[in-house]
Amino acid sequence: MTEVGLFIPCYVDQCYPEVGMATVRVLEKLGCRVDFPEAQTCCGQPMANAGCGDAARPLAERFVDIFERYPYVVCPSGSCTAMVRRHYADLLPSSARLPAVAGKTYELCEFIVDVLGVARIAGRFPHRVGLHQSCHALRELRLGSGTERIVPGFNKVRGLLAALEGITLVDLERADECCGFGGVFSVEEEAVSCAMGKDRLADHQKAGAEVITGVDMSCLMHLGGLARRQKRPLRVQHVAEILAGAAP
Amino acid sequence: MTAHSARAAAFVANEARMHWHDTALWHVRSKRDRAAASVPEWEELRTQAAALKAHTVSRLAEYLEAFERNALRLGAVVHWASTPDDHNRAVLSILEERGLKRLVKSKSMLTEECHLNGFLEARGIEVVDTDLGERIVQLARETPSHIVLPAIHKKKEEIGELFHEHLHTAAGASDPKYLTEAARGHLREKFLAAEAGLTGVNFAIAETGGFVVCTNEGNADLGASLPRVHIASMGVEKLVPRAADLAVFLRLLARSATGQPVTTYTSHFHGPRAGGELHLVIVDNGRSALLASEAHRRALSCIRCGACMNTCPVFRRSGGHSYDATVPGPIGSVLAPSREPGRYAGLPFASSLCGSCDDVCPVRIDLHQQLLTWRHELGERRLTPAPKRAAARLGSFVLARPWLYRALGWLGRAALRWVPRPVLALVAGPWARQRELPPAPRLSFRAEFGRRRVRP
Repeated sequence: MTEVGLFIPCYVDQCYPEVGMATVRVLEKLGCRVDFPEAQTCCGQPMANAGCGDAARPLAERFVDIFERYPYVVCPSGSCTAMVRRHYADLLPSSARLPAVAGKTYELCEFIVDVLGVARIAGRFPHRVGLHQSCHALRELRLGSGTERIVPGFNKVRGLLAALEGITLVDLERADECCGFGGVFSVEEEAVSCAMGKDRLADHQKAGAEVITGVDMSCLMHLGGLARRQKRPLRVQHVAEILAGAAP
Repeated sequence: MTAHSARAAAFVANEARMHWHDTALWHVRSKRDRAAASVPEWEELRTQAAALKAHTVSRLAEYLEAFERNALRLGAVVHWASTPDDHNRAVLSILEERGLKRLVKSKSMLTEECHLNGFLEARGIEVVDTDLGERIVQLARETPSHIVLPAIHKKKEEIGELFHEHLHTAAGASDPKYLTEAARGHLREKFLAAEAGLTGVNFAIAETGGFVVCTNEGNADLGASLPRVHIASMGVEKLVPRAADLAVFLRLLARSATGQPVTTYTSHFHGPRAGGELHLVIVDNGRSALLASEAHRRALSCIRCGACMNTCPVFRRSGGHSYDATVPGPIGSVLAPSREPGRYAGLPFASSLCGSCDDVCPVRIDLHQQLLTWRHELGERRLTPAPKRAAARLGSFVLARPWLYRALGWLGRAALRWVPRPVLALVAGPWARQRELPPAPRLSFRAEFGRRRVRP
């Protein structure tokens, strides 16, 4: 049995417990033993992206302490995973323990595909779905090839979703443009952030999506918040919920 | 709010215009995608270009000296300038010593950086920008909003009005072909009357002392060939070691910039033409300071293609002028704080850190990482707003204490459920202006997970 330390982003812990629970169900269905270390809080990305390395550093140190003992660390967020894997080294350049922890921290879908070697999860989701490519999952973790690079196309998240029975993945005009969340950016640059988000919603809606999904609930919180305010017929749902067999 | 976000909000407020600007630049990005995809070894070319640039700046002094030596051998005159003022005075003295009063210029972001036009005009020199986009912003008394497409912020109707006023085109005319013909006629007169021509430099070749200027309008060629005196202004980072290296850069430049396989004119200059003079003004203006910075050195690799601007979802929706810097967009936000950290401390935050710029950059500058590094540097130098730093420290204090985090999380969720929405909207500020707040479940994930463990 694969033992997994579950790393749940702070805002998912507080606002989206169903996403965390869906992650647990998916991992357990695939034969993992899931442990949630209670000492965890936040990876420190909000502080780091605000330019406050000193405030983020203690949280990075805590993370290493808390998750070091697990063979794998799995997180239902591309952005928080990328924080650990790509950016902790800037905060803890001389940590001897960091590389091992960073090297075994995975976003949920890449863990399923790359570590568990599972290409399809049995399930059914008879809906029209728009896949939002979260930037850090796409361009920092390379969960997909992206439209900028001239490389053979692949997308780990799309692959898992496409294997579900009855699902229709819609084609977007701009397949991987940023939604404009960007953490502190979403409030500091509110006008541009919301303009970006509304443009994404329009693209999904034009493509006929009923549900927008993705690997980062933060992007979906922003998109969902805009969609509800604009009363658009679009719902947001984390990819873990869809893979766990939740109704939309 | 930062200075950028205030200007960006004003740009976004005109929604139709913002969408038009976004669509125009997205079109250029799409053309770039198609052009790049036509080159199977595209990613390898990017890697080679990055390596060539990294190598060149690692021996910049040697290559600069070799370039100077070879340029002198070809008969050029070389002027060194460490500041914009040095550059402007060098150009002025070339003109004044020869009694020249009329200068035509092709595109040069360096002369924008040095504010050359104003400097010369104040000293009685007529300066005419001959790149169509540059001429448009010059007539409008504006600055370029984009380094490759200087007038991309202007609609054809506005250009029609501008031309009606300055070039006496028909009132209300906005047909691009008609307007371009009018500009062509107008510029042809300026070329014929010019006494000196100034061009930029795209690539300076150390081993030959020659240099390459890329344009789509042929205006650099007219400016360099009709008047007797040719002045070429270049930053020290424009060097490539060998002529053969152009095979890498010329394949990348136009494809990245506009999606063309190559610029319409790729002109090679090796010394002055017969009976003419060629002056090279080589400018530092902070570039060697950038070279000294391990964190930001890679920004010197930039070949000014503008691809990072075209792909940037923020640039497309905030307009180039929102950056208030000579070079806007992602690369501009990396370059500007190195010159004036106080003035430009907000620019590294004018990004959602989506990273698309990294992946289109033909020389693989890690732009979004550079922006993040700047955020840290500016924070350490206390150039970010004090409330932001205080909030981060407070956040860190709470998040290092799970009991406090749990208690405040519970309180926050309770508040989200019970406090009337208008009050919440007030507290949530910019988040709630156009967005609903996130849900506030009774139980956090950790509580639910704990309950499940107790009663499996």
